[in-house]
Amino acid sequence: MSDKKEVLFSKKNRKLLTDPLNDNNPVTTQVLGICSALAITVQLKPAIVMAISVLVVMSVANVVVSLMRNLIPSRIRIIVQLVVIAALVILVDQVLKAFVYDVSKELSVFVGLIITNCIIMGRLEAFALGNGVWKSFLDGLGNAFGYGWILIAVAFFRELLGAGTLFGFPVIEKLGLYEIGYENNGMMILPPMALVTVGIIIWIQRTKNRDLIES
Amino acid sequence: MKLFKNLLNVVKPHFENGGKLEKLYPAYDAFETFLFVPNHTTNKGSHIRDAIDLKRTMFMVIVALIPCMLFGMWNVGYQYHLAIGESVSIFENFIFGFWKFLPLIIISYVVGLAVEFAFAIYRGHSVNEGYLVTGLLIPLTMPIDVPLWMLAVSVIFAVVIGKEVFGGTGMNILNPALTARAFLFFAHPIYMSGDKVWVHDAMVDGHSGSTILGELAASSNWQSLSFNPFDMMMGTIPGSVGETSFIAIMLGAVILIATGIGSWRIILSTFIGGFAMASLFNFWGANELMTTPAEIHLIIGSFAFGAVFMATDPVTGSQTNKGKYIYGFLIGVFAILIRVFNPAYPEGMMLAILLMNIFAPLVDHYVIQGNIKRRLKRANA
Repeated sequence: MSDKKEVLFSKKNRKLLTDPLNDNNPVTTQVLGICSALAITVQLKPAIVMAISVLVVMSVANVVVSLMRNLIPSRIRIIVQLVVIAALVILVDQVLKAFVYDVSKELSVFVGLIITNCIIMGRLEAFALGNGVWKSFLDGLGNAFGYGWILIAVAFFRELLGAGTLFGFPVIEKLGLYEIGYENNGMMILPPMALVTVGIIIWIQRTKNRDLIES
Repeated sequence: MKLFKNLLNVVKPHFENGGKLEKLYPAYDAFETFLFVPNHTTNKGSHIRDAIDLKRTMFMVIVALIPCMLFGMWNVGYQYHLAIGESVSIFENFIFGFWKFLPLIIISYVVGLAVEFAFAIYRGHSVNEGYLVTGLLIPLTMPIDVPLWMLAVSVIFAVVIGKEVFGGTGMNILNPALTARAFLFFAHPIYMSGDKVWVHDAMVDGHSGSTILGELAASSNWQSLSFNPFDMMMGTIPGSVGETSFIAIMLGAVILIATGIGSWRIILSTFIGGFAMASLFNFWGANELMTTPAEIHLIIGSFAFGAVFMATDPVTGSQTNKGKYIYGFLIGVFAILIRVFNPAYPEGMMLAILLMNIFAPLVDHYVIQGNIKRRLKRANA
Protein backbone atom coordinates (compact mmCIF):
# COMPACT_ATOMS: atom_id res chain seq x y z
CA MET A 1 0.00 0.00 0.00
CA SER A 2 2.61 2.44 -1.02
CA ASP A 3 0.18 4.75 -2.74
CA LYS A 4 -1.72 5.45 0.49
CA LYS A 5 -0.43 8.97 0.79
CA GLU A 6 -1.13 9.80 -2.81
CA VAL A 7 -3.97 12.22 -3.41
CA LEU A 8 -7.10 10.69 -4.90
CA PHE A 9 -6.79 12.59 -8.15
CA SER A 10 -3.07 13.00 -8.42
CA LYS A 11 -1.59 13.72 -11.80
CA LYS A 12 -0.74 10.06 -12.29
CA ASN A 13 -4.26 8.95 -11.44
CA ARG A 14 -5.81 11.52 -13.71
CA LYS A 15 -3.65 10.18 -16.50
CA LEU A 16 -5.12 6.73 -15.90
CA LEU A 17 -8.50 8.20 -16.57
CA THR A 18 -7.71 10.44 -19.54
CA ASP A 19 -5.08 8.46 -21.43
CA PRO A 20 -7.47 5.81 -22.75
CA LEU A 21 -9.77 8.52 -24.07
CA ASN A 22 -7.37 9.51 -26.79
CA ASP A 23 -3.72 8.55 -27.10
CA ASN A 24 -4.09 5.10 -25.62
CA ASN A 25 -7.61 4.41 -26.75
CA PRO A 26 -8.49 0.73 -26.48
CA VAL A 27 -10.33 0.75 -29.81
CA THR A 28 -8.39 3.11 -32.03
CA THR A 29 -4.87 2.60 -30.69
CA GLN A 30 -4.88 -0.92 -29.32
CA VAL A 31 -7.52 -2.05 -31.82
CA LEU A 32 -9.42 -4.17 -29.32
CA GLY A 33 -13.15 -4.73 -28.99
CA ILE A 34 -13.70 -4.13 -32.70
CA CYS A 35 -16.31 -6.85 -33.09
CA SER A 36 -18.84 -5.19 -30.83
CA ALA A 37 -18.04 -1.82 -32.38
CA LEU A 38 -19.22 -3.27 -35.69
CA ALA A 39 -22.23 -5.13 -34.40
CA ILE A 40 -24.14 -2.75 -32.21
CA THR A 41 -23.42 0.67 -33.68
CA VAL A 42 -26.27 0.77 -36.17
CA GLN A 43 -28.27 2.94 -33.78
CA LEU A 44 -27.34 5.26 -30.96
CA LYS A 45 -29.52 3.81 -28.22
CA PRO A 46 -28.10 0.29 -28.17
CA ALA A 47 -24.61 1.73 -28.51
CA ILE A 48 -25.07 3.87 -25.42
CA VAL A 49 -26.58 0.98 -23.46
CA MET A 50 -23.67 -1.17 -24.53
CA ALA A 51 -21.18 1.52 -23.51
CA ILE A 52 -22.77 1.80 -20.07
CA SER A 53 -22.85 -1.98 -19.65
CA VAL A 54 -19.18 -2.26 -20.46
CA LEU A 55 -18.47 0.66 -18.16
CA VAL A 56 -20.14 -1.12 -15.24
CA VAL A 57 -18.60 -4.49 -15.94
CA MET A 58 -15.14 -3.15 -16.53
CA SER A 59 -14.88 -0.85 -13.55
CA VAL A 60 -16.40 -3.34 -11.09
CA ALA A 61 -14.39 -6.27 -12.46
CA ASN A 62 -11.21 -4.23 -12.17
CA VAL A 63 -12.02 -3.40 -8.54
CA VAL A 64 -12.91 -7.00 -7.66
CA VAL A 65 -9.87 -8.53 -9.30
CA SER A 66 -7.66 -5.86 -7.77
CA LEU A 67 -9.06 -6.75 -4.34
CA MET A 68 -8.34 -10.41 -4.90
CA ARG A 69 -5.04 -9.96 -6.69
CA ASN A 70 -2.93 -11.28 -3.83
CA LEU A 71 -5.17 -14.30 -3.32
CA ILE A 72 -5.36 -15.55 -6.90
CA PRO A 73 -2.81 -18.26 -7.74
CA SER A 74 -1.27 -17.10 -10.97
CA ARG A 75 -1.78 -20.46 -12.67
CA ILE A 76 -5.55 -20.16 -12.57
CA ARG A 77 -5.85 -16.37 -12.80
CA ILE A 78 -7.50 -16.35 -16.22
CA ILE A 79 -10.33 -18.60 -15.12
CA VAL A 80 -10.85 -16.52 -11.98
CA GLN A 81 -11.02 -13.37 -14.07
CA LEU A 82 -13.50 -15.03 -16.37
CA VAL A 83 -15.73 -16.02 -13.47
CA VAL A 84 -15.72 -12.45 -12.17
CA ILE A 85 -16.54 -11.00 -15.58
CA ALA A 86 -19.19 -13.62 -16.31
CA ALA A 87 -20.95 -13.00 -13.00
CA LEU A 88 -21.02 -9.28 -13.67
CA VAL A 89 -22.22 -9.71 -17.23
CA ILE A 90 -25.10 -11.90 -16.08
CA LEU A 91 -26.04 -9.22 -13.56
CA VAL A 92 -25.98 -6.54 -16.23
CA ASP A 93 -27.95 -8.74 -18.58
CA GLN A 94 -30.66 -9.31 -16.01
CA VAL A 95 -30.88 -5.60 -15.22
CA LEU A 96 -31.21 -4.77 -18.92
CA LYS A 97 -33.90 -7.38 -19.39
CA ALA A 98 -35.81 -6.00 -16.45
CA PHE A 99 -35.68 -2.32 -17.31
CA VAL A 100 -34.96 -1.83 -21.02
CA TYR A 101 -36.28 -5.02 -22.53
CA ASP A 102 -36.47 -3.86 -26.14
CA VAL A 103 -32.88 -2.63 -26.16
CA SER A 104 -31.71 -5.81 -24.49
CA LYS A 105 -33.44 -7.80 -27.21
CA GLU A 106 -31.74 -5.72 -29.84
CA LEU A 107 -28.35 -6.27 -28.29
CA SER A 108 -29.17 -9.98 -28.04
CA VAL A 109 -26.00 -12.04 -27.72
CA PHE A 110 -23.74 -9.05 -27.63
CA VAL A 111 -24.42 -8.44 -23.96
CA GLY A 112 -23.32 -11.99 -23.23
CA LEU A 113 -20.34 -11.47 -25.47
CA ILE A 114 -19.05 -8.70 -23.21
CA ILE A 115 -17.39 -11.65 -21.44
CA THR A 116 -15.16 -12.14 -24.42
CA ASN A 117 -14.49 -8.43 -24.92
CA CYS A 118 -10.73 -8.37 -25.09
CA ILE A 119 -10.53 -4.90 -23.56
CA ILE A 120 -11.89 -6.10 -20.22
CA MET A 121 -9.72 -9.18 -20.09
CA GLY A 122 -6.74 -7.11 -21.17
CA ARG A 123 -7.18 -4.52 -18.46
CA LEU A 124 -7.60 -7.18 -15.78
CA GLU A 125 -4.44 -8.94 -16.91
CA ALA A 126 -2.37 -5.88 -17.57
CA PHE A 127 -3.53 -3.56 -14.83
CA ALA A 128 -5.83 -4.81 -12.08
CA LEU A 129 -3.63 -7.78 -11.20
CA GLY A 130 -0.76 -5.49 -10.33
CA ASN A 131 -2.32 -2.30 -9.00
CA GLY A 132 -4.33 -0.98 -6.09
CA VAL A 133 -8.09 -0.81 -5.92
CA TRP A 134 -8.54 2.91 -6.57
CA LYS A 135 -6.11 2.95 -9.47
CA SER A 136 -7.72 -0.12 -10.99
CA PHE A 137 -11.11 1.51 -10.68
CA LEU A 138 -9.89 4.62 -12.50
CA ASP A 139 -8.22 2.52 -15.15
CA GLY A 140 -11.38 0.53 -15.75
CA LEU A 141 -13.42 3.71 -15.92
CA GLY A 142 -11.00 5.39 -18.31
CA ASN A 143 -10.84 2.46 -20.70
CA ALA A 144 -14.59 2.00 -20.65
CA PHE A 145 -15.05 5.68 -21.50
CA GLY A 146 -12.46 5.37 -24.25
CA TYR A 147 -14.34 2.41 -25.68
CA GLY A 148 -17.72 4.04 -25.14
CA TRP A 149 -17.06 7.31 -26.89
CA ILE A 150 -15.81 5.57 -30.01
CA LEU A 151 -18.91 3.38 -29.99
CA ILE A 152 -21.19 6.37 -29.61
CA ALA A 153 -19.38 8.40 -32.23
CA VAL A 154 -19.61 5.58 -34.76
CA ALA A 155 -23.27 4.96 -33.91
CA PHE A 156 -24.03 8.67 -34.28
CA PHE A 157 -22.81 8.75 -37.87
CA ARG A 158 -24.26 5.39 -38.80
CA GLU A 159 -27.72 6.19 -37.49
CA LEU A 160 -27.74 9.73 -38.86
CA LEU A 161 -26.53 8.82 -42.34
CA GLY A 162 -27.95 5.33 -42.54
CA ALA A 163 -31.43 5.77 -41.16
CA GLY A 164 -31.75 9.55 -40.97
CA THR A 165 -32.60 9.48 -37.29
CA LEU A 166 -30.96 10.12 -33.92
CA PHE A 167 -32.32 8.11 -30.99
CA GLY A 168 -35.17 7.25 -33.34
CA PHE A 169 -36.00 10.93 -33.90
CA PRO A 170 -36.30 11.66 -37.63
CA VAL A 171 -33.74 14.47 -37.84
CA ILE A 172 -33.31 14.43 -41.61
CA GLU A 173 -37.04 14.46 -42.22
CA LYS A 174 -37.55 17.41 -39.86
CA LEU A 175 -34.79 19.31 -41.62
CA GLY A 176 -36.66 18.75 -44.86
CA LEU A 177 -33.72 17.19 -46.66
CA TYR A 178 -35.80 14.42 -48.23
CA GLU A 179 -37.82 16.98 -50.12
CA ILE A 180 -34.77 18.30 -51.93
CA GLY A 181 -33.78 14.82 -53.02
CA TYR A 182 -31.60 13.54 -50.22
CA GLU A 183 -31.75 9.81 -49.49
CA ASN A 184 -30.42 7.65 -46.71
CA ASN A 185 -27.22 5.81 -47.38
CA GLY A 186 -28.00 2.10 -47.15
CA MET A 187 -24.36 1.22 -46.89
CA MET A 188 -23.99 2.90 -43.49
CA ILE A 189 -26.26 0.22 -42.04
CA LEU A 190 -23.97 -2.55 -43.28
CA PRO A 191 -21.09 -3.65 -41.01
CA PRO A 192 -18.28 -2.63 -43.40
CA MET A 193 -19.10 1.02 -42.91
CA ALA A 194 -18.61 0.66 -39.16
CA LEU A 195 -15.10 -0.48 -39.93
CA VAL A 196 -14.59 2.42 -42.33
CA THR A 197 -15.94 4.89 -39.76
CA VAL A 198 -13.59 3.55 -37.08
CA GLY A 199 -10.84 3.73 -39.68
CA ILE A 200 -11.57 7.38 -40.35
CA ILE A 201 -11.45 8.15 -36.61
CA ILE A 202 -8.09 6.36 -36.41
CA TRP A 203 -6.87 8.31 -39.43
CA ILE A 204 -7.83 11.67 -37.92
CA GLN A 205 -6.31 10.69 -34.58
CA ARG A 206 -2.99 9.70 -36.13
CA THR A 207 -2.85 12.75 -38.31
CA LYS A 208 -3.12 14.87 -35.16
CA ASN A 209 -0.74 12.80 -33.09
CA ARG A 210 1.99 11.47 -35.33
CA ASP A 211 3.66 9.52 -32.51
CA LEU A 212 0.92 6.93 -32.83
CA ILE A 213 1.84 5.98 -36.37
CA GLU A 214 3.49 2.58 -36.45
CA SER A 215 6.75 2.44 -38.33
CA MET B 1 -0.19 25.96 -77.15
CA LYS B 2 2.18 28.93 -77.10
CA LEU B 3 -0.52 30.92 -75.36
CA PHE B 4 -0.69 28.36 -72.55
CA LYS B 5 3.07 28.30 -72.21
CA ASN B 6 3.25 32.07 -71.93
CA LEU B 7 0.42 32.13 -69.45
CA LEU B 8 2.08 29.50 -67.29
CA ASN B 9 5.39 31.36 -67.38
CA VAL B 10 3.70 34.56 -66.29
CA VAL B 11 2.05 33.06 -63.24
CA LYS B 12 4.91 30.73 -62.35
CA PRO B 13 6.84 33.10 -60.02
CA HIS B 14 3.80 33.36 -57.76
CA PHE B 15 3.84 29.65 -57.09
CA GLU B 16 7.53 29.07 -56.64
CA ASN B 17 9.38 29.23 -53.34
CA GLY B 18 8.79 32.61 -51.76
CA GLY B 19 5.90 33.50 -54.02
CA LYS B 20 2.51 34.60 -52.74
CA LEU B 21 0.79 31.37 -53.63
CA GLU B 22 3.64 29.07 -52.66
CA LYS B 23 1.25 26.69 -50.91
CA LEU B 24 -0.68 26.12 -54.11
CA TYR B 25 2.40 24.98 -56.05
CA PRO B 26 1.08 21.41 -56.45
CA ALA B 27 -1.96 22.80 -58.25
CA TYR B 28 0.22 24.83 -60.60
CA ASP B 29 2.52 21.91 -61.16
CA ALA B 30 -0.43 19.73 -62.08
CA PHE B 31 -1.55 22.09 -64.81
CA GLU B 32 1.92 22.63 -66.18
CA THR B 33 2.78 18.94 -66.41
CA PHE B 34 -0.64 18.15 -67.76
CA LEU B 35 -0.20 20.51 -70.69
CA PHE B 36 3.50 20.02 -71.33
CA VAL B 37 5.87 17.14 -70.86
CA PRO B 38 7.99 18.19 -67.87
CA ASN B 39 11.68 18.66 -68.51
CA HIS B 40 13.01 16.98 -65.37
CA THR B 41 16.01 14.81 -65.95
CA THR B 42 17.19 12.05 -63.72
CA ASN B 43 20.25 13.34 -61.90
CA LYS B 44 21.45 10.38 -59.89
CA GLY B 45 22.58 6.97 -60.96
CA SER B 46 21.71 5.38 -64.25
CA HIS B 47 18.06 5.03 -65.08
CA ILE B 48 16.06 3.94 -68.04
CA ARG B 49 13.51 6.62 -68.60
CA ASP B 50 10.55 5.93 -70.84
CA ALA B 51 9.70 8.63 -73.31
CA ILE B 52 6.12 8.89 -72.10
CA ASP B 53 5.35 9.68 -68.48
CA LEU B 54 2.37 8.69 -66.39
CA LYS B 55 0.18 11.57 -67.54
CA ARG B 56 0.65 10.62 -71.18
CA THR B 57 0.00 6.98 -70.31
CA MET B 58 -3.25 7.86 -68.64
CA PHE B 59 -4.21 9.94 -71.61
CA MET B 60 -3.97 6.90 -73.89
CA VAL B 61 -6.50 5.13 -71.70
CA ILE B 62 -8.84 8.07 -72.16
CA VAL B 63 -8.40 7.72 -75.92
CA ALA B 64 -9.20 4.02 -75.63
CA LEU B 65 -12.35 4.88 -73.73
CA ILE B 66 -13.64 7.27 -76.36
CA PRO B 67 -15.39 4.62 -78.53
CA CYS B 68 -17.26 3.34 -75.47
CA MET B 69 -18.17 6.85 -74.43
CA LEU B 70 -19.43 7.95 -77.85
CA PHE B 71 -21.40 4.76 -78.31
CA GLY B 72 -22.77 5.03 -74.77
CA MET B 73 -24.03 8.56 -75.46
CA TRP B 74 -25.77 7.43 -78.61
CA ASN B 75 -27.23 4.41 -76.84
CA VAL B 76 -28.71 6.58 -74.10
CA GLY B 77 -30.68 8.47 -76.72
CA TYR B 78 -31.51 5.32 -78.67
CA GLN B 79 -32.86 3.43 -75.65
CA TYR B 80 -34.91 6.40 -74.53
CA HIS B 81 -36.51 7.01 -77.89
CA LEU B 82 -37.09 3.28 -78.31
CA ALA B 83 -38.87 3.16 -74.97
CA ILE B 84 -41.17 6.07 -75.71
CA GLY B 85 -41.78 4.74 -79.20
CA GLU B 86 -40.29 7.55 -81.26
CA SER B 87 -37.80 7.07 -83.99
CA VAL B 88 -35.25 9.81 -84.50
CA SER B 89 -32.01 10.09 -86.42
CA ILE B 90 -28.69 8.77 -85.18
CA PHE B 91 -27.46 12.29 -84.70
CA GLU B 92 -30.43 13.31 -82.57
CA ASN B 93 -29.98 10.21 -80.40
CA PHE B 94 -26.38 11.14 -79.90
CA ILE B 95 -27.09 14.75 -79.00
CA PHE B 96 -29.79 13.67 -76.58
CA GLY B 97 -27.39 11.25 -74.86
CA PHE B 98 -24.59 13.79 -74.93
CA TRP B 99 -26.55 16.31 -72.90
CA LYS B 100 -27.69 13.63 -70.45
CA PHE B 101 -24.19 12.26 -69.99
CA LEU B 102 -22.24 15.50 -69.86
CA PRO B 103 -23.34 16.44 -66.31
CA LEU B 104 -22.10 13.08 -65.02
CA ILE B 105 -18.64 13.65 -66.49
CA ILE B 106 -18.47 17.21 -65.21
CA ILE B 107 -19.50 16.26 -61.67
CA SER B 108 -17.13 13.33 -61.63
CA TYR B 109 -14.13 15.41 -62.71
CA VAL B 110 -14.88 18.54 -60.71
CA VAL B 111 -15.52 16.73 -57.46
CA GLY B 112 -12.77 14.18 -57.88
CA LEU B 113 -10.12 16.68 -58.90
CA ALA B 114 -11.18 19.05 -56.10
CA VAL B 115 -10.49 16.28 -53.59
CA GLU B 116 -7.22 15.39 -55.30
CA PHE B 117 -6.02 19.02 -55.34
CA ALA B 118 -7.05 19.50 -51.73
CA PHE B 119 -5.00 16.50 -50.64
CA ALA B 120 -2.07 17.44 -52.84
CA ILE B 121 -1.93 20.95 -51.40
CA TYR B 122 -2.41 19.73 -47.82
CA ARG B 123 0.26 17.07 -48.13
CA GLY B 124 2.52 19.14 -50.36
CA HIS B 125 2.99 16.51 -53.05
CA SER B 126 2.21 16.86 -56.73
CA VAL B 127 -1.29 16.11 -57.93
CA ASN B 128 -1.66 12.49 -58.91
CA GLU B 129 -2.57 11.83 -62.48
CA GLY B 130 -4.58 8.72 -61.70
CA TYR B 131 -7.83 10.60 -61.51
CA LEU B 132 -7.81 11.49 -65.20
CA VAL B 133 -8.88 7.95 -66.05
CA THR B 134 -10.91 7.26 -62.93
CA GLY B 135 -12.91 10.42 -63.56
CA LEU B 136 -14.10 9.11 -66.90
CA LEU B 137 -14.49 5.48 -65.83
CA ILE B 138 -16.85 6.35 -62.98
CA PRO B 139 -19.63 7.93 -65.08
CA LEU B 140 -19.22 5.22 -67.72
CA THR B 141 -20.10 2.56 -65.15
CA MET B 142 -23.18 4.40 -63.87
CA PRO B 143 -26.80 4.20 -64.97
CA ILE B 144 -27.66 7.36 -66.89
CA ASP B 145 -30.19 8.62 -64.35
CA VAL B 146 -28.03 8.39 -61.25
CA PRO B 147 -28.66 11.53 -59.12
CA LEU B 148 -25.72 13.89 -59.39
CA TRP B 149 -25.24 14.36 -55.67
CA MET B 150 -25.01 10.60 -55.21
CA LEU B 151 -22.38 10.48 -57.90
CA ALA B 152 -20.50 13.24 -56.10
CA VAL B 153 -20.64 11.40 -52.76
CA SER B 154 -19.42 8.17 -54.31
CA VAL B 155 -16.58 10.00 -56.05
CA ILE B 156 -15.50 11.55 -52.75
CA PHE B 157 -15.70 8.15 -51.07
CA ALA B 158 -13.68 6.50 -53.82
CA VAL B 159 -10.94 9.12 -53.87
CA VAL B 160 -10.64 9.51 -50.10
CA ILE B 161 -11.25 5.98 -48.81
CA GLY B 162 -10.24 4.13 -51.95
CA LYS B 163 -7.06 6.04 -52.65
CA GLU B 164 -5.91 8.86 -50.41
CA VAL B 165 -5.96 6.87 -47.16
CA PHE B 166 -3.42 4.55 -48.67
CA GLY B 167 -1.23 7.40 -49.85
CA GLY B 168 -2.63 8.36 -53.25
CA THR B 169 -2.12 7.10 -56.78
CA GLY B 170 0.05 4.05 -56.96
CA MET B 171 -0.58 3.02 -53.37
CA ASN B 172 -4.24 2.09 -53.58
CA ILE B 173 -5.37 -1.49 -53.06
CA LEU B 174 -8.78 -1.24 -54.72
CA ASN B 175 -9.61 0.15 -58.12
CA PRO B 176 -11.02 3.62 -57.30
CA ALA B 177 -13.57 3.63 -60.13
CA LEU B 178 -15.01 0.34 -58.98
CA THR B 179 -14.91 1.49 -55.37
CA ALA B 180 -17.18 4.35 -56.37
CA ARG B 181 -19.54 2.01 -58.15
CA ALA B 182 -19.58 -0.55 -55.35
CA PHE B 183 -20.25 2.21 -52.83
CA LEU B 184 -23.29 3.44 -54.75
CA PHE B 185 -24.43 -0.11 -55.44
CA PHE B 186 -24.68 -0.88 -51.74
CA ALA B 187 -25.66 2.57 -50.54
CA HIS B 188 -28.47 3.29 -52.98
CA PRO B 189 -29.42 -0.03 -54.56
CA ILE B 190 -32.66 1.26 -56.05
CA TYR B 191 -30.70 3.64 -58.28
CA MET B 192 -28.16 1.04 -59.27
CA SER B 193 -30.07 -2.14 -60.00
CA GLY B 194 -33.44 -3.42 -61.08
CA ASP B 195 -35.21 -2.73 -64.35
CA LYS B 196 -36.09 0.95 -63.88
CA VAL B 197 -32.73 2.66 -63.98
CA TRP B 198 -31.06 1.76 -67.26
CA VAL B 199 -33.19 3.83 -69.58
CA HIS B 200 -33.49 7.58 -69.10
CA ASP B 201 -36.67 8.58 -67.25
CA ALA B 202 -37.77 4.96 -66.76
CA MET B 203 -38.36 5.58 -63.08
CA VAL B 204 -40.78 8.38 -63.78
CA ASP B 205 -42.46 7.07 -66.90
CA GLY B 206 -42.60 3.49 -65.76
CA HIS B 207 -41.39 1.99 -69.00
CA SER B 208 -39.09 -0.79 -68.02
CA GLY B 209 -35.75 -1.55 -69.55
CA SER B 210 -34.25 -4.45 -67.75
CA THR B 211 -30.77 -5.57 -68.58
CA ILE B 212 -30.07 -8.95 -70.08
CA LEU B 213 -28.64 -10.16 -66.81
CA GLY B 214 -31.75 -8.94 -65.04
CA GLU B 215 -33.98 -10.89 -67.39
CA LEU B 216 -31.87 -14.02 -67.09
CA ALA B 217 -31.89 -13.76 -63.31
CA ALA B 218 -35.68 -13.54 -63.45
CA SER B 219 -35.35 -16.93 -65.15
CA SER B 220 -36.24 -16.28 -68.72
CA ASN B 221 -34.47 -18.45 -71.27
CA TRP B 222 -31.60 -16.78 -73.11
CA GLN B 223 -33.19 -17.60 -76.45
CA SER B 224 -36.44 -15.88 -75.53
CA LEU B 225 -34.66 -12.62 -74.63
CA SER B 226 -35.76 -9.48 -76.36
CA PHE B 227 -32.24 -9.07 -77.76
CA ASN B 228 -30.30 -11.30 -80.09
CA PRO B 229 -26.53 -11.88 -79.91
CA PHE B 230 -26.02 -9.28 -82.62
CA ASP B 231 -27.59 -6.59 -80.40
CA MET B 232 -25.36 -7.71 -77.58
CA MET B 233 -22.26 -7.42 -79.75
CA MET B 234 -23.30 -4.00 -81.00
CA GLY B 235 -24.50 -2.85 -77.62
CA THR B 236 -27.98 -1.62 -78.49
CA ILE B 237 -29.19 -2.91 -75.11
CA PRO B 238 -29.95 -1.20 -71.81
CA GLY B 239 -27.15 -1.03 -69.29
CA SER B 240 -24.63 1.26 -67.65
CA VAL B 241 -23.52 3.96 -70.05
CA GLY B 242 -20.19 2.65 -71.27
CA GLU B 243 -20.45 -1.09 -70.94
CA THR B 244 -23.09 -2.18 -73.43
CA SER B 245 -21.16 -2.35 -76.69
CA PHE B 246 -18.75 -5.28 -77.01
CA ILE B 247 -17.41 -3.87 -80.25
CA ALA B 248 -16.62 -0.43 -78.83
CA ILE B 249 -14.90 -2.07 -75.88
CA MET B 250 -12.81 -4.23 -78.19
CA LEU B 251 -11.78 -1.12 -80.13
CA GLY B 252 -10.55 0.26 -76.82
CA ALA B 253 -8.81 -3.01 -76.07
CA VAL B 254 -6.96 -2.87 -79.37
CA ILE B 255 -5.74 0.65 -78.58
CA LEU B 256 -4.64 -0.38 -75.07
CA ILE B 257 -2.82 -3.48 -76.27
CA ALA B 258 -1.25 -1.82 -79.31
CA THR B 259 0.21 0.96 -77.17
CA GLY B 260 1.30 -1.57 -74.56
CA ILE B 261 -0.60 0.20 -71.80
CA GLY B 262 -3.18 -2.45 -70.99
CA SER B 263 -1.86 -5.91 -70.27
CA TRP B 264 -3.05 -8.37 -72.90
CA ARG B 265 -2.23 -11.14 -70.47
CA ILE B 266 -4.87 -9.93 -68.03
CA ILE B 267 -7.49 -9.30 -70.72
CA LEU B 268 -6.94 -12.66 -72.35
CA SER B 269 -6.87 -14.70 -69.17
CA THR B 270 -9.98 -12.94 -67.84
CA PHE B 271 -11.89 -13.98 -70.94
CA ILE B 272 -10.50 -17.50 -70.73
CA GLY B 273 -11.43 -17.74 -67.05
CA GLY B 274 -14.95 -16.51 -67.72
CA PHE B 275 -15.35 -18.82 -70.69
CA ALA B 276 -14.09 -21.84 -68.77
CA MET B 277 -16.37 -21.20 -65.82
CA ALA B 278 -19.41 -20.53 -68.00
CA SER B 279 -18.76 -23.70 -70.02
CA LEU B 280 -18.57 -25.66 -66.81
CA PHE B 281 -21.95 -24.28 -65.79
CA ASN B 282 -23.36 -25.16 -69.19
CA PHE B 283 -22.84 -28.83 -68.33
CA TRP B 284 -24.50 -28.36 -64.98
CA GLY B 285 -27.38 -26.28 -66.29
CA ALA B 286 -29.47 -25.88 -63.16
CA ASN B 287 -30.92 -22.44 -63.99
CA GLU B 288 -31.26 -20.06 -66.91
CA LEU B 289 -28.00 -18.29 -66.17
CA MET B 290 -26.16 -21.61 -66.18
CA THR B 291 -27.57 -22.75 -69.50
CA THR B 292 -26.69 -19.48 -71.21
CA PRO B 293 -23.85 -20.28 -73.64
CA ALA B 294 -20.41 -19.28 -72.47
CA GLU B 295 -19.78 -16.96 -75.40
CA ILE B 296 -22.97 -15.06 -74.62
CA HIS B 297 -21.84 -14.67 -71.01
CA LEU B 298 -18.73 -12.88 -72.20
CA ILE B 299 -20.55 -10.22 -74.20
CA ILE B 300 -23.37 -9.37 -71.80
CA GLY B 301 -23.22 -7.31 -68.65
CA SER B 302 -20.02 -5.50 -67.86
CA PHE B 303 -17.78 -8.52 -68.32
CA ALA B 304 -15.90 -7.14 -71.29
CA PHE B 305 -15.71 -3.59 -69.95
CA GLY B 306 -14.36 -4.83 -66.64
CA ALA B 307 -11.85 -7.14 -68.27
CA VAL B 308 -10.46 -4.46 -70.57
CA PHE B 309 -10.57 -1.28 -68.51
CA MET B 310 -10.87 -2.26 -64.86
CA ALA B 311 -8.87 -5.44 -64.43
CA THR B 312 -5.92 -4.00 -66.35
CA ASP B 313 -5.39 -1.16 -63.89
CA PRO B 314 -1.61 -1.34 -63.46
CA VAL B 315 -1.74 -0.31 -59.81
CA THR B 316 -4.29 -2.72 -58.42
CA GLY B 317 -3.60 -5.71 -60.66
CA SER B 318 -0.82 -8.25 -60.43
CA GLN B 319 2.63 -7.09 -61.49
CA THR B 320 4.33 -10.32 -62.48
CA ASN B 321 3.59 -11.90 -65.83
CA LYS B 322 2.66 -15.26 -64.40
CA GLY B 323 0.65 -13.50 -61.71
CA LYS B 324 -1.29 -11.62 -64.38
CA TYR B 325 -2.52 -14.87 -65.90
CA ILE B 326 -3.67 -16.17 -62.52
CA TYR B 327 -5.19 -12.84 -61.53
CA GLY B 328 -7.13 -12.46 -64.78
CA PHE B 329 -8.26 -16.05 -64.85
CA LEU B 330 -9.66 -15.85 -61.32
CA ILE B 331 -11.48 -12.61 -62.13
CA GLY B 332 -13.24 -14.36 -64.98
CA VAL B 333 -14.08 -17.36 -62.82
CA PHE B 334 -15.42 -15.33 -59.91
CA ALA B 335 -17.38 -12.95 -62.14
CA ILE B 336 -19.36 -15.82 -63.67
CA LEU B 337 -19.62 -17.59 -60.32
CA ILE B 338 -21.19 -14.58 -58.60
CA ARG B 339 -23.38 -13.85 -61.60
CA VAL B 340 -24.78 -17.38 -61.69
CA PHE B 341 -25.15 -18.14 -58.02
CA ASN B 342 -26.31 -14.81 -56.70
CA PRO B 343 -28.90 -13.22 -58.96
CA ALA B 344 -29.29 -10.47 -56.36
CA TYR B 345 -25.87 -9.22 -57.45
CA PRO B 346 -26.14 -9.42 -61.21
CA GLU B 347 -22.92 -7.54 -61.63
CA GLY B 348 -20.46 -10.17 -60.55
CA MET B 349 -17.72 -8.48 -62.54
CA MET B 350 -17.45 -5.52 -60.19
CA LEU B 351 -17.25 -7.70 -57.10
CA ALA B 352 -14.89 -10.18 -58.74
CA ILE B 353 -12.39 -7.49 -59.71
CA LEU B 354 -12.52 -5.86 -56.28
CA LEU B 355 -11.96 -9.25 -54.68
CA MET B 356 -9.01 -10.05 -56.90
CA ASN B 357 -7.56 -6.55 -56.35
CA ILE B 358 -7.16 -7.60 -52.74
CA PHE B 359 -5.51 -10.87 -53.65
CA ALA B 360 -3.25 -9.50 -56.39
CA PRO B 361 -0.30 -8.80 -54.03
CA LEU B 362 -0.63 -12.32 -52.63
CA VAL B 363 -0.57 -13.84 -56.10
CA ASP B 364 2.54 -11.82 -56.89
CA HIS B 365 4.15 -12.87 -53.64
CA TYR B 366 3.82 -16.56 -54.43
CA VAL B 367 4.91 -16.13 -58.02
CA ILE B 368 8.07 -14.36 -56.85
CA GLN B 369 8.74 -16.85 -54.08
CA GLY B 370 8.25 -19.72 -56.51
CA ASN B 371 10.75 -18.16 -58.86
CA ILE B 372 13.29 -17.67 -56.12
CA LYS B 373 12.90 -21.27 -55.00
CA ARG B 374 13.26 -22.60 -58.51
CA ARG B 375 16.42 -20.66 -59.15
CA LEU B 376 17.90 -21.57 -55.78
CA LYS B 377 17.35 -25.20 -56.60
CA ARG B 378 19.11 -24.74 -59.90
CA ALA B 379 22.00 -22.97 -58.23
CA ASN B 380 22.39 -25.63 -55.57
CA ALA B 381 22.06 -28.55 -57.89
